[in-house]
Amino acid sequence: MSVRKKKMWCSAIRIYLFLTEIGQLIFNKSLKLDLFSKISGLINCLVAHLALKSPENLQEALIHELEQETNLLLIQTAVFITKHKSCFLTVWTFLVCHEDVVKIVELACKHNLCIIPFGGGTSVSSALECPEEEKRTIVSLDTSQMNRILWIDEKNLTACVEAGIVGQDLEKQLAESGFCTGHEPDSMEFSSLGGWVATRASGMKKNIYGNIEDLVIHIKMVTPRGIVEKNCQVPRMSTGPDIHHFIMGSEGTLGVVTEVTIKIRPVPEYQKYGSVVFPNFERGVACLREVAKQRCAPASIRLVDNAQFQFGHALKPQVASIFTSFLDGLKKFYITKFKGFDPNILCVATLLFEGDREKVLQHEKQVYDIATKFGGLAAGEDNGQRGYMLTFVIAYIRDLGLDYYVIGESFETSVPWDRVLDLCRNVKERIVRECKEKGVQFAPLSTCRVTQTYDAGACVYFYFAFNYRGISDPIHVYEQIERAAREEILANGGSLSHHHGVGKLRKRWMKESISDVGLGMLRSVKEYVDPNNIFGNKNLL
Amino acid sequence: MASLTSFFAPAAPTPASDKEIWVRGAEPPSLLAFGGGDQGREGKQLLVSQKELTSKKRDEFEDILEERRLSSDLRYAMKCYTPVIYKGLSPCKPNAIKSAVLQSEQVQYVIKQLAKEMGESPDIIQEEATEILDEMGHSMQLGAVRFFAFTLSKIFKQLFQRVCVNEEGMQRLQHAIQEHPVVLLPSHRSYVDFLMLSYLLYTYDLALPVIAAGIDFLGMKIVGELLRRAGAFFMRRSFGGNRLYWAVFSEYVKTMLRSGYAPIEFFLEGTRSRTAKTLTPKFGLLSIVMEPFLKREVFDTYLVPISISYERILEESLYAYELLGVPKPKESTSGLLKARRILSDNFGTIHIYVGQPVSLRTLASGRINRCPYNLVPRHLPQKPSEDIQEFVSDVAYKMELLQIENMVLSPWVLVAAVLLQNLPAMDFELLIEKTLWLKGLTQTFGGFIEWPDNLCARKAVLSGLTLHANIARLVDGHVVLNDKGVEDGAVGEIVFKHALAILMCATYRNQLLNVFVRPSLVAVALQMTRSFRKEEVYSCFSFLRDVFSDEFIFFPGISLKDFEEGCFLLTKCDAIQTSQQEIYPTDKGSVIVSFLSAMFKPFVEGYQLIFRYLSRETKEAFTEKQLIPGVRNFVFQLLEKGNTQCYEALSSDMQKNALAALVQLGAVKKKKMSNGFTYNVNQEAVNKILDMFDARIPVQKPVAARL
Repeated sequence: MSVRKKKMWCSAIRIYLFLTEIGQLIFNKSLKLDLFSKISGLINCLVAHLALKSPENLQEALIHELEQETNLLLIQTAVFITKHKSCFLTVWTFLVCHEDVVKIVELACKHNLCIIPFGGGTSVSSALECPEEEKRTIVSLDTSQMNRILWIDEKNLTACVEAGIVGQDLEKQLAESGFCTGHEPDSMEFSSLGGWVATRASGMKKNIYGNIEDLVIHIKMVTPRGIVEKNCQVPRMSTGPDIHHFIMGSEGTLGVVTEVTIKIRPVPEYQKYGSVVFPNFERGVACLREVAKQRCAPASIRLVDNAQFQFGHALKPQVASIFTSFLDGLKKFYITKFKGFDPNILCVATLLFEGDREKVLQHEKQVYDIATKFGGLAAGEDNGQRGYMLTFVIAYIRDLGLDYYVIGESFETSVPWDRVLDLCRNVKERIVRECKEKGVQFAPLSTCRVTQTYDAGACVYFYFAFNYRGISDPIHVYEQIERAAREEILANGGSLSHHHGVGKLRKRWMKESISDVGLGMLRSVKEYVDPNNIFGNKNLL
Repeated sequence: MASLTSFFAPAAPTPASDKEIWVRGAEPPSLLAFGGGDQGREGKQLLVSQKELTSKKRDEFEDILEERRLSSDLRYAMKCYTPVIYKGLSPCKPNAIKSAVLQSEQVQYVIKQLAKEMGESPDIIQEEATEILDEMGHSMQLGAVRFFAFTLSKIFKQLFQRVCVNEEGMQRLQHAIQEHPVVLLPSHRSYVDFLMLSYLLYTYDLALPVIAAGIDFLGMKIVGELLRRAGAFFMRRSFGGNRLYWAVFSEYVKTMLRSGYAPIEFFLEGTRSRTAKTLTPKFGLLSIVMEPFLKREVFDTYLVPISISYERILEESLYAYELLGVPKPKESTSGLLKARRILSDNFGTIHIYVGQPVSLRTLASGRINRCPYNLVPRHLPQKPSEDIQEFVSDVAYKMELLQIENMVLSPWVLVAAVLLQNLPAMDFELLIEKTLWLKGLTQTFGGFIEWPDNLCARKAVLSGLTLHANIARLVDGHVVLNDKGVEDGAVGEIVFKHALAILMCATYRNQLLNVFVRPSLVAVALQMTRSFRKEEVYSCFSFLRDVFSDEFIFFPGISLKDFEEGCFLLTKCDAIQTSQQEIYPTDKGSVIVSFLSAMFKPFVEGYQLIFRYLSRETKEAFTEKQLIPGVRNFVFQLLEKGNTQCYEALSSDMQKNALAALVQLGAVKKKKMSNGFTYNVNQEAVNKILDMFDARIPVQKPVAARL
């Protein structure tokens, strides 16, 4: 067995376990993971195998053809029983290269199958859920084996990468040559390049490196109509509407992204964390606004509200030495007593600087000077670093919380500067109020942070969790509250999504968001590119 | 008019014993819920139709003067005052608010715009804005508040027997004030309303309100300034054209609301109701206070309807004179001092019912779907969309209907209603009997009667007569109107004196009208059409409802629901029976039906008189100011000749409302001129409406499909 094959087997088994154990987690939104669905997931698998044996099933023949023509390894496992109890087969295929994808898409067109591309599986917008009404065989295209860097062009600072590569691996492999992309979404441990392109992702350090639309130079996508790509790799061109913008944010409804040429940068020489304490959230937002106005935002600047600050504080590991705890006490005393900050109102901005050592220090000073004008106090590197840890940790905490009757999730929006404060306050209050109305017994965690600054606005992230003891249908309650929160965001002038995408979760607001005509434009593209709805994940439209 | 000949209603036996009447009747169907947005009218109707038939318990009253009579006023005025305030409030001085307003983007934007247009320097306009603010702004000071706490205690104790408040309402208000910005919406019957709420909130240790007052008060020396320090801010009566004024004023109000600085108090009716009937709402200030929520600058806003009712209104005779065309005395300090002689008079009890705070967010949910404010910076002045205008109007009507629902009716109101149907004299025993009967009926219709505990009907009526000795008196076992000086003097003077007495008496009956209006208009329609077919009765009802839309308070656009409610209430008191297609009065019910239509007869007749005048006498364009003396003379002559008995047609209030109704019905064209509005009558259209009144031609209107 070749090394390649072995590797594939390993990951196949890995995925198999992943599926049977927490298959529901991927498809039905991660929060549905509880004991009940675990069990029902297993039962579903059994039923599925029975369904495969039914004589009228032409799927076996089909799978045979697939194997013949593509030399791909196919694993037949997960089957879903929808609410209507109709079963259908899901075929997992591991793609190895662009040509494989072309063949599979051709076959799918020939046999009228439904394809759902699957990258890292980190979607939080139900984008990977199989549509209930889908009666065709669903082929789930796992791109995780398409994970090679094809070439690096040091002269133009670009790299051509297969779309299945996971963010963490991409950075690791580029770093070997001394480069990075600088694209760091919170999900970078799992999410894939293709997924970023398909959802218009945004990275933590977009202030230096840009969002995915700024990073991408060239995209190759396989659609039922054929391959779509540009003929050159140039920084900009004026050739009508940019076709990249049909692809970015298409959420797997048009085709599979196979290869992406992406900008790279030399790995920064120096990195420094930092943090600033503000007496209240209002001052903090005002400071961020000023930083954005002066266009001197560091690689990342985030403002965490009081509740989240306290949450992060509670996660702080116990300090080993008496000395550090004494020092912490002293700091606290200085901020609360000497400076008069109310610990229940103050908020913290976390900073990340990157670049030349000298420039970083200079930049740092500039930012801290602005912060001082808004009553901010530098609060050390430690707090900053911990703040960024929290973003990664929180997803794990969410899963842990389920064991303690806590259900939670995050959602985001973008909003003009002048509405940031109103939006944050109103959405948080709405969540609290909705929880009360829905019979949640304990006060929910309802917190937000401003995570990105732009010239004209900001990206705001909300975390929301509640204890569902005593509630018979927590998922339903959760969905209702999430929906109410989204309504509130829209009423406050926020966007439907900053970078999570629409998926199926937010489809209902699309018309409101982009107008009838806008929706029609997207539809007509879909109709041309994929008239038979091969990419039938039913996202977006 | 032939249809209304059965005007005199014979006394009916009391339908129930006193005890049974005490059991509070089932609530009338709730008219007040709002519908969901995109369903528009239908959605609105859907929610309005939810009939809540469970009996609603109203709160008990507490007399706040009782304590004042027992303890020192001075100590009360100097008490430690630590009010309950809005949770998000950062305390600031009145002047800080003013400068925040001046520096606000909203005001600065308008200043810059005006400067560009007029070619003046922004500084001059800024100066102007500062002046406007200084004229307008309040400067609330605890000292002035304490001064009023002291003097008002003295005055109230002198004037009133009791000032009753529902304490539960105050508690609800206390919660509301802490949670979200609060807007207090009291009814307006008297100048006393003005500081009453401040006095009340002071007593209950709640944040004192800032009160929107007419600029006329500033004309009063010292008192104007005192009011300013007690939290009044002053608005000009009309400033539609003045953009700077509008910007400064609305920003001033919004700034106070947004910061939760203080509850904002204003009168939806815009002015004191001279007739004690709720006036149709004004939308300007309401739309200003709603804006911060609609722009999502605050999470929510509470609107609190407050009903203040007087057993005897301080200004009753002034109002009557005013309605008859004697101009209202200008607000002045000397006038106020002269009025002090009323201090020796007794004005009975005041009832203040603080209603349930209504969350604006709840009202708006599903109603305003797409926020029109998202695409324009929020500080730009923006004309509200039609959707929003309609929403504001609906909210205004809802609030007024809530005020009406909670308005306390005293026994005297019933007496006045009965008496007016039995002029010139009525047997005292009969009066008692009918009053008691009417009490039962009122309670069936959801009226809120406060009948002093354990007081027998005779005593209640007697005490009413004593309190209102200036209106009616007991002579030889008969109750007659107190129109002194009628015996001598010219015919004209007799008519005038008589009209005065009737209008004063009508002020009290009027308090019943909005409770009775739906069933009564069904009753009137029944008599007018002389048909039992539901469709016909409904189209007549709907015609009357349109004609009287400025006279009584109807929630806009739910004619059918109103009709159904009217029918339902009449069925409830066994006055009518309804089948799928027909409505017919029961034998027993004819008494009720004729009583109800007699109650509204002055309006039906009065409108006819006014319409007749308009159809005959006016050929050219006229203004409202020209019209009123004309109608008055016309009616006066008819009264002198004895051709009509409708004294209420002399009321300028009715005349204005009738004109407004014609404008709405399209029979009169209203044109805006440089110096106000002028009107043009379409003779034919008015005649047609008159014919409908006389039931000479059937009211033709498309009838709603599902009756």
